[in-house]
Amino acid sequence: MALYSDKVMDHFRNPRNVGVLEDANGIGEVGNPVCGDIMKMYLKINDDEIIEDVKFETFGCGSAIASSSMATELIKGKSVEEALSLTNKAVAEALDGLPAHKMHCSVLAEEAIKSAIDDYNKRKNGEK
Amino acid sequence: MKIYADNAATTKMSRHAIDAMIPYMEEIYGNPSSLYEIGQEAKEALESARERVARVLNCEPREIYFTSGGSEADNQAIISAARLGARKGKKHIISTAFEHHAVLHTLNKLKEEGFEIELLDVHSTGLIDPKQVEDAIREDTALVTIMYANNEIGTVEPIREIGKICRDKGVIFHTDAVQAMGHVSVDVARDNIDMLSLSAHKFHGPKGVGVLFAKKNIMLTNIIEGGAQERGKRAGTENVPGIMGMVAALEDATKDIDGYAKKLIPLRDKLIEGLDKIPYSELNGDREHRLPGTVNFCFEGIEGESLLLLLDDKGISASSGSACTSGSLDPSHVLLAIGRPHEVAHGSLRLSLSEDITEEEIDYLITSVNEVVTYLRNMSPFWRDLVNGVRPHVFKE
Repeated sequence: MALYSDKVMDHFRNPRNVGVLEDANGIGEVGNPVCGDIMKMYLKINDDEIIEDVKFETFGCGSAIASSSMATELIKGKSVEEALSLTNKAVAEALDGLPAHKMHCSVLAEEAIKSAIDDYNKRKNGEK
Repeated sequence: MKIYADNAATTKMSRHAIDAMIPYMEEIYGNPSSLYEIGQEAKEALESARERVARVLNCEPREIYFTSGGSEADNQAIISAARLGARKGKKHIISTAFEHHAVLHTLNKLKEEGFEIELLDVHSTGLIDPKQVEDAIREDTALVTIMYANNEIGTVEPIREIGKICRDKGVIFHTDAVQAMGHVSVDVARDNIDMLSLSAHKFHGPKGVGVLFAKKNIMLTNIIEGGAQERGKRAGTENVPGIMGMVAALEDATKDIDGYAKKLIPLRDKLIEGLDKIPYSELNGDREHRLPGTVNFCFEGIEGESLLLLLDDKGISASSGSACTSGSLDPSHVLLAIGRPHEVAHGSLRLSLSEDITEEEIDYLITSVNEVVTYLRNMSPFWRDLVNGVRPHVFKE
């Protein structure tokens, strides 16, 4: 389908890191069912603040699933600091671009990661 | 397996329709307004096509206007009735909340001009009760426009009864019959219809050609100005090949409506029963009063576009009313009109069959949809929340 790049279709058809991470220490969820997309990110961050493992679950369109998948690949093995600097543009570029009206999917991916790291920080600081 | 299950979007042209067009491109390509032989032959073909369409619809040939399709016919019908009404001070128009955008957007334009547009509730069934029309008609009602069959969910409206009420009250009645023609019996005399819109590509004819039927006492307003074609009401050189293809397709599609229904309805019902077994799914629109080939379901916990892409991978062409496929932020206005909440409307699937569908293909559709829905639900946090009771289900299991 010409709507999406081959890379988007690859990540949509064969999503990487999909599922639940039982021992996650940072979980973030963004979006809502009324808008038609929800992304949930599970992070396992070690004592050196490295993202050891990551998984996602997504309710949404093809580009939402592909954006989540790509985002997990981009942050796996990276430091928390590096993950926080990941922009939606970087996610979209790694997917060889998204149609203009689908850019919000990459925004959701960026926000989901930030939300999961925020959760991790709150847990670490004993706020949760 | 390859299954084209989006016949409500458009259809494959029939060989007969294609063959009917070719002579009017290769040999009789003259302009019907020209006086030499191949022009006049084209003119004769055009007029014979008009007679044949009139025979199918049960009206007079001069009540048939050829257009570029259903949207143009809808626009012209509604604008014409509005102008006629306005001259007598009538500026109230009755329609429904789930019309095609060709109707709704035209009505919005009229609203900006000061018309009062009343959209009737279509209930959870997707059906209008004729009594609603009777109650809504006022002294200043210029037009009632209600679709014959809905393009997304396939419900068929009680057009004959609605037409009768309008006829008795002296109000112009237009129906967008784009989805109905060739699928259910349509007769403008029997159904008390004053104006009707058709589109050829919905019944195995070519794209870019349609019909506006308007009773002879209705003075049309031009949408396209120019030459004196179509009794001066629609300018532009007639699309003779398209019209010839349309007429061939129209006659084929209407000659055995009962046989078509008899063959297709059991297969459609098998599809409905199969999809209904998927947990937390529901048919959209009334079960009985529906087109023989149209099935529309909502599945909780998933989004329609990803469903379509994965079905495409399995060789199935279908459509959805999700926001992502409509290109807007909101899901289908039709699904919202029948009361589906946004989160459920995003997970809709329309399968519209053609009469060459087989039982084996129906089985494949059911299995494939079931597999894809299950797969997408397994990665959906929304579905997880529904299963764990974090969010309430909308449908029963």
